[in-house]
Amino acid sequence: MAVNTDKNSYTVIFAAIMVVIVGTVLAFIASSLSDKIAENERLEKQQNILYAMGINQNEGAGSVNFVPTENVAGEFSKFIKEQLVIEGDKITKDDQAYLIDLKKQATAAKNGDTRKLPVFIGDKDGAKYYIIPMRGKGLWDAIWGFIALDEHLVVQGVYFDHAAETPGLGANIKQRYFMDDFVGESILSGTQYAGIAVAKGNNDPLNKIKDDNEVDALAGATITGNGVSAMIKETMNLYKDYLETIRVN
Amino acid sequence: MALLSKKDANLILDPLADNNPITIQVLGICSALAITAELKASVVMAISVLFVLAMGNVVISLMRNIIPSKIRIIVQLIVVATLVIIVDQVLKAFAYELSKTLAVFVGLIITNCIIMGRFEAFALANGPWKSFLDGIGNSLGYGVILIIVGFFRELLGSGTLFGIPVLGDPITKTGLYATGYENNGFMIIPPAALIVVGIIIWVQRSRNKALIEDN
Repeated sequence: MAVNTDKNSYTVIFAAIMVVIVGTVLAFIASSLSDKIAENERLEKQQNILYAMGINQNEGAGSVNFVPTENVAGEFSKFIKEQLVIEGDKITKDDQAYLIDLKKQATAAKNGDTRKLPVFIGDKDGAKYYIIPMRGKGLWDAIWGFIALDEHLVVQGVYFDHAAETPGLGANIKQRYFMDDFVGESILSGTQYAGIAVAKGNNDPLNKIKDDNEVDALAGATITGNGVSAMIKETMNLYKDYLETIRVN
Repeated sequence: MALLSKKDANLILDPLADNNPITIQVLGICSALAITAELKASVVMAISVLFVLAMGNVVISLMRNIIPSKIRIIVQLIVVATLVIIVDQVLKAFAYELSKTLAVFVGLIITNCIIMGRFEAFALANGPWKSFLDGIGNSLGYGVILIIVGFFRELLGSGTLFGIPVLGDPITKTGLYATGYENNGFMIIPPAALIVVGIIIWVQRSRNKALIEDN
């Protein structure tokens, strides 16, 4: 016996049942996997922070290789000596600072609250690294990253990532050949916090000029590149006061 | 006896050539333009679509007699979206690295017209096994074109394949670049994919006169 699938009542009931079934299945899957996903994201953050300060398994000039997931917790506590939270003039230590959600902090700042700014201080072979998390907008969605500075405010390493930039174009901000260009650039221009611009046509594709506050842009990814420039500049403005206190000429 | 009857085998083989979803049916063009700037993305997209289209076709085919025709498009959309989200969540929990690579494709798969197109044209009228084969065949046909386009665009646009330099180093001028060859930046941007797809269609039609429509 065939049901009359054209009746309005059938359509409404079908839609309702379908929504309930799909909703239940998705809710069940999301809640049963959420712990594992959160843990993966936490470890990834640690890997990213270590990557920015040069603790990684990169070989030659090829691809990005993080510290393996199973060792990352140990390496993180070994190399990251201090985690600070800057709140206005107040600086507090907090060893969960790397879990601070920058997006929530930006919203809080918009609502008039003081923004919590995390800084991670790393130590590798006696050299100090100040690692600052960043967050900005790409072409399609969010981009974020970490920038590691020394006490002269020269970049020692960066890591970028993105939610949904175009593969082959904007998504290449997380490629070695783009990120490695930032190393050695200063975020200062004189005494100004200029950041580092992703520039087209700066006639320096090998990035040999390290004092121009510019790196070579990615072809076909203008808006993502501009997003990276803006993200670095904004972040440096936020951290300016703190960076002044650590700066050594 | 053959593994598949001749009719079933044709469900897989036809979309690979004479009924190719991209070059003949003109489905899935948007993603073919968007993500073929590099070969790796093409391969990942082809595999993802293979999975979603085969599964989705089966699910829709099983439901084909109870779906109210007035809201069938919405039902199809929900089925695709659910499948894609489940895959994405499971990968995030168990293969985190892979899920990062796939993240950008999730939205593209849901809105990929090849999936809705096959649901409408085939799964709603055929049984689950045939629909499964149709899903495999069409996604392979789609994947083949994606990989061909990705191959040429990455090779000519960036001088690499799967991210590995094959023509030498464009900056220090080694390999082919020593002779004055330059990467063609035009190949990186989406319109280049349209030209490559156009050339594939041209080659295909010139080899098979049956595909040319009379005016």
